[in-house]
Amino acid sequence: MKILVQGKTQGIILKSQHPINFLGTVDKKTGIISDKNHELFDKSIKNSILVFPNGVGSSVGAYTIYSIKSNNAAPLAMICQKADLTVATGCALANIPLVIVTDEKFSSLQTGQKISLDTESPSPITFL
Amino acid sequence: MELTKEEESALKGEQGEIMQMAYRILVATGEATDAEKLIPIEWAHLSGVNYNTIGDAGEEFLSGISKNARVKVKTTLNPMGFDIDNVLNYGLDDNFISKQLSIRKSYETMGVNPSFSCIPYEIFDIPKEGTQVSFAESNAAIHANSFDNLKTNKESSFSALASAITGKSPYSSLRKEDSPNLTIRMKIDNPNELTYGMLGFFAGKVGNNSVNISGVGEMDRRSCKALCGGMGTSGTCAKFLFGNGDPGCEKVDFDKKEMNDIHDELNTAEKGDLITLGSPQLGLEEISDLTSKLKGRSFKKRCMIFCPRIVKEQARKIGYTNELERAGCEILADCCTCLTPLINKDNVDSVTTNSIKGAYYLKNSNGVDVNLKSLSQIIEDETR
Repeated sequence: MKILVQGKTQGIILKSQHPINFLGTVDKKTGIISDKNHELFDKSIKNSILVFPNGVGSSVGAYTIYSIKSNNAAPLAMICQKADLTVATGCALANIPLVIVTDEKFSSLQTGQKISLDTESPSPITFL
Repeated sequence: MELTKEEESALKGEQGEIMQMAYRILVATGEATDAEKLIPIEWAHLSGVNYNTIGDAGEEFLSGISKNARVKVKTTLNPMGFDIDNVLNYGLDDNFISKQLSIRKSYETMGVNPSFSCIPYEIFDIPKEGTQVSFAESNAAIHANSFDNLKTNKESSFSALASAITGKSPYSSLRKEDSPNLTIRMKIDNPNELTYGMLGFFAGKVGNNSVNISGVGEMDRRSCKALCGGMGTSGTCAKFLFGNGDPGCEKVDFDKKEMNDIHDELNTAEKGDLITLGSPQLGLEEISDLTSKLKGRSFKKRCMIFCPRIVKEQARKIGYTNELERAGCEILADCCTCLTPLINKDNVDSVTTNSIKGAYYLKNSNGVDVNLKSLSQIIEDETR
């Protein structure tokens, strides 16, 4: 596991098998996914532990992450399979904990599971 | 990641809050990309300028940091939301205009060149081969790596800003030596810029950091830009090399099926209410070519043309502007199709464009339908 932005939180997983383009796909005010072709269409990422492979698309997406945080519509934490610069810097500035996990760990995380995340702990992810 | 004593001190906040924030971003970015250290860069190109995309959070953030932050290296800017010369024709509200002008002022205060262009590679001199830069605009990063012999990762708005303020970037991925492990075999005959846009979009989906592309002949500038724009829209890939690559490379074909899938994903209308040209923005060469293709013909519907201000000024001096305006074109500097607030789904149902990048954002951000056509097809169908 790689820790990109430190932090501690607990919450319920919302998982997407597909990458997310934060710019133009996520509503900045509500945190609702507005891309009809996305598997999380119409779902809100607010206060979730958002699990997805990686971010894609325009780098302006980092500001979107900062915006949704300012609007209190951001996830509590993000867990990715692959690090990408847009999500890493967006989370760094918005102070949203972000970790990168192995493929195996990624597969074990499912929507609806309640977990705690603590980047200081020897085992940062625990199921509750 | 190894930091020098000075970098450590900045990260601890001993050189002020702005430097601390900038180094925190560089460290997060560096850890994300397995960087071993930070290295100097000579040019930063920033995204995160259009009020339509960065919103109040971005405007307030920039206004706050501009009090103390100053850029250390040459720094240029992506497009904003409108052209101040004709913004009153587009019904934007006063709030949008004043917030956008505040963003402009913040960047200027920080010492940034207000170039408002997504094609810095076409309007500024290119530094010497191998120079490390930090480009946040995806099409520009891909162009810099693939055509201009520069080195950059596909930076985010924040990592490029942090690089502008510190003059440094994490040494990782495409900044080092790189050899792609995937080759895309281009199988489509007689490609035009729309085909190249779709090839780029496909490459962005299947590639990681970089890809080889084989089976591609001579490309004009329009096609090169379409390839870069398409690739930057769909993935994390930020470099391509022409050729077959290593014999051991995985091979993927881009044939009719792959092309039709992308066409069906992005083309949602049979015709458009208006036409947009430029995403990436048009350079002088494309404006000149468009003028000669029109040959006295006029557009049957509105046609918006997006270009950098310096190109708009050159076009006026040479006389292209007169000809384009005669043909019914609206010429807009400082802004772009991509994420424009000037096209609103309340009064526009669908847009015709030859840009894959433009199509993606028109559809997903503006919420309008898109009709894809190559430039030559647009001129054939939409002018008289």
